[in-house]
Amino acid sequence: MSDVTDTTLQGRAAAPAPVAPAIELTGISKSFGPVQANKDISLTVAKGAIHGIVGENGAGKSTLMSILYGFYHADSGDIRINGDLKHITGSQDAIDAGIGMVHQHFMLVQPFTVLENVVLGAEDGALLKPSLAKARGILQDLAHEYELEVDPDAIVGDLSVGLQQRVEILKALYRQAEILILDEPTGVLTPAEADHLFRILRNLKDQGKTIILITHKLREIMAVTDTVSVMRRGEMTATVPTAETNPSALAELMVGRRVLLRVDKTPAQPGETIMSVRDLDVRANGVAKLKSISLDLKAGEILGVAGVAGNGQSELLEVLGGTRAAQGGEVRFRGDPIDITPSANSAKRRRRGIGHVPEDRHRKGLVMPFKTWENTNFGYHNAEQFRGPMGLANQAAMMEDARGKIERFDIRPPDPYLKAANFSGGNQQKIVLAREIEANPDVLLVGQPTRGVDIGAIEFIHQQIVALRDAGKAILLVSVELEEILGLSDRVIVMFDGTISGERITSETNEQELGLLMAGVDPNSEQSA
Amino acid sequence: MDIDVIIQLLDSTMRLSTPLLLACLAGLFSERAGIFDIGLEGKMLGAAFMAGAVAAVTGSAWIGLLAGVGTSLFLALIHGFASITLKGNQLISGVAINFFASGMTALIGQNWFRQGGQTPALRGDARFQSLDWPGASALADVPLIGPIYSDLISGHNLLVYVAFLAVPATWWVLYRTRFGLRLRAVGENPGAVDTAGVSVIRLRYSAVLICGLLCGVAGAYLSLGTSAAGFVKDMTAGKGFIALAALIFAKWKPWNALWACLLFGLLEAIGNKYQNIDFFGLFIVPVQFMQALPYILTVVILAGFVGKAIPPKAGGVPYTKER
Repeated sequence: MSDVTDTTLQGRAAAPAPVAPAIELTGISKSFGPVQANKDISLTVAKGAIHGIVGENGAGKSTLMSILYGFYHADSGDIRINGDLKHITGSQDAIDAGIGMVHQHFMLVQPFTVLENVVLGAEDGALLKPSLAKARGILQDLAHEYELEVDPDAIVGDLSVGLQQRVEILKALYRQAEILILDEPTGVLTPAEADHLFRILRNLKDQGKTIILITHKLREIMAVTDTVSVMRRGEMTATVPTAETNPSALAELMVGRRVLLRVDKTPAQPGETIMSVRDLDVRANGVAKLKSISLDLKAGEILGVAGVAGNGQSELLEVLGGTRAAQGGEVRFRGDPIDITPSANSAKRRRRGIGHVPEDRHRKGLVMPFKTWENTNFGYHNAEQFRGPMGLANQAAMMEDARGKIERFDIRPPDPYLKAANFSGGNQQKIVLAREIEANPDVLLVGQPTRGVDIGAIEFIHQQIVALRDAGKAILLVSVELEEILGLSDRVIVMFDGTISGERITSETNEQELGLLMAGVDPNSEQSA
Repeated sequence: MDIDVIIQLLDSTMRLSTPLLLACLAGLFSERAGIFDIGLEGKMLGAAFMAGAVAAVTGSAWIGLLAGVGTSLFLALIHGFASITLKGNQLISGVAINFFASGMTALIGQNWFRQGGQTPALRGDARFQSLDWPGASALADVPLIGPIYSDLISGHNLLVYVAFLAVPATWWVLYRTRFGLRLRAVGENPGAVDTAGVSVIRLRYSAVLICGLLCGVAGAYLSLGTSAAGFVKDMTAGKGFIALAALIFAKWKPWNALWACLLFGLLEAIGNKYQNIDFFGLFIVPVQFMQALPYILTVVILAGFVGKAIPPKAGGVPYTKER
């Protein structure tokens, strides 16, 4: 920051006392029952900096920030804001101290307008009208100053997630936040939206705001932060200037061992076409979700399906997996047609060798209140080896099977009696993958395999998927993470508005080209210039 | 149909809609804040009994009203404590309150007055008397306007007017005040309210208490403001559930609630007025069918046949911070 020539900063620098840090946490500890989420954490965040905090899920990042924002109360430790000791017992205290937070799951009221969401809790009086009028003016100024344009009268539920996030930032700025905490802000954004967000963050920094960015995406840390802190298992393991570190060093600090960030795989050896899709049409509530989609899936390859969420990938996956009916077209598996009418049955499909890892593992992949040993065989529970006498389930066989899967997929903790809900995201995903992969399918449909999964587990999951491909199976991979598509798939199709906007060989394309296709622009066609 | 019959029908529609409307708005406040309340019936019943009993003993409708409202507020607090503080199941708490009210009113009534669970008949100041508006009798003979003014608009008791004025009042509170904004927000996403530095618990208790207040007035109206002139065992007769159906039919909006309750009131008025309706000589619609109409409509609405109603998103879910 030596090149900053702002007069106020120079003035401060000339003063004998150094500028107090925006945030100073000392000795913060917090336990939830027997689990110690934060252990004696100290953290100093300089004023006017973008400070990144990385760590795996469950490392305690969100807990720490929730303590700072008054959502939880620390068991011990001090919080100093601009050098002053603060007792933050509720969100209002944090707001008063100039802290604003953009939560991972937006804290917005969907049926309200942008304006109503912004003033909620920060109204000026008992009547709404004057508050709304005042907020409208301030919003206009903020929009202008920080590239945060949003229609103040739009209903928040109708806005894209990118715009909803802007509303969250505006809420904080409206409350005159000087310190802005963003929890996993890019998880739901397209690459372009993420870039815009980073521009906004740099803008805010230039205006003297302090920003804390919580993320698990190391690329973002490298791109936008000044300093980065790493958390592991509730402890703060390192704080380093971003310029002096690199992604693999950070990954090692996060996981505690060396991690392969790139997927290690040999070139694909595609064989015969196993599954073919022709002119698939899907409508939902009168809206066309898939418009005459055709594709071929070959043995021994990973076909990636890229696209911004909501462009038909989910519907494609669901139709192929047998959980949604198509209105037209046909799907063939080894040459035989597959039922895609409302009578489609995903159990039948699994028996024929089409495995399915659904996008939403909480709602579709697992039964959360059920135990591991039950979740490891759902969908295959009628298989011969699980049948006991008199048509009853053979629990011993199921248990035996579960123990094997737990061991081979390194599911932690290795407890077949633990409820699915009590595992971390990565281990939950391993339960689903173990079930589908060990059934030895010819085709595996995979949706968002690493959403909300730790770096260490991502590496493992990717290895399993590649191993399945190398065994000559066909894999359809739907992911909104462009990095994952580029790293894992051999061939990639991009979906836009229910159509396939382009198909590329992964090794011959790049993020920019796919990003354009995701926006419906084909850089190779001449009309689209 | 001649005009007098229509006026008569509309007049009794207003009277019959009054308790529905009050209970419906009560439910609206509670459910808009995210607390489902199927205990409207029980609160009304409890209030009707205490209002009737206290009015019978003191001879004052006003003290009766206070007692009724107090009883309803007490039951509302139980529901609030169970569903907000203890984070219990809101449906179960509501059911419990209904059973509790139904049993306790009969038990206490029998022990207190020994008239088979009824309170003594109320006379004079122990009831809310109809208010005659200025010029009502003078205008009565003017064609059309006369009966509309003197029978339809004038001549109801105070609680009827309170119920109908509560509609614009509710609308204003909900959409024009800070409290209303927060109340609607807490029913949709309590997390948004909490992170904005506003107490979810306090808001929800306020909503539950407003619900209790309005249910109390509704119950007091039944025993102090209708021709029943006192409490009769189980006198709410499902009105709390009909109000709930009306609330869903109204999509949780105050003005819609008015029309929904008037519709239910009209059906009930028709059922009361006509015994057997001769349908163009083809067949006779029996009186039982006419009287069952409001309940049939309730079933139809609750089964979701009339459009799709989207309830407040956080309704029925106790608020807990993550983890």
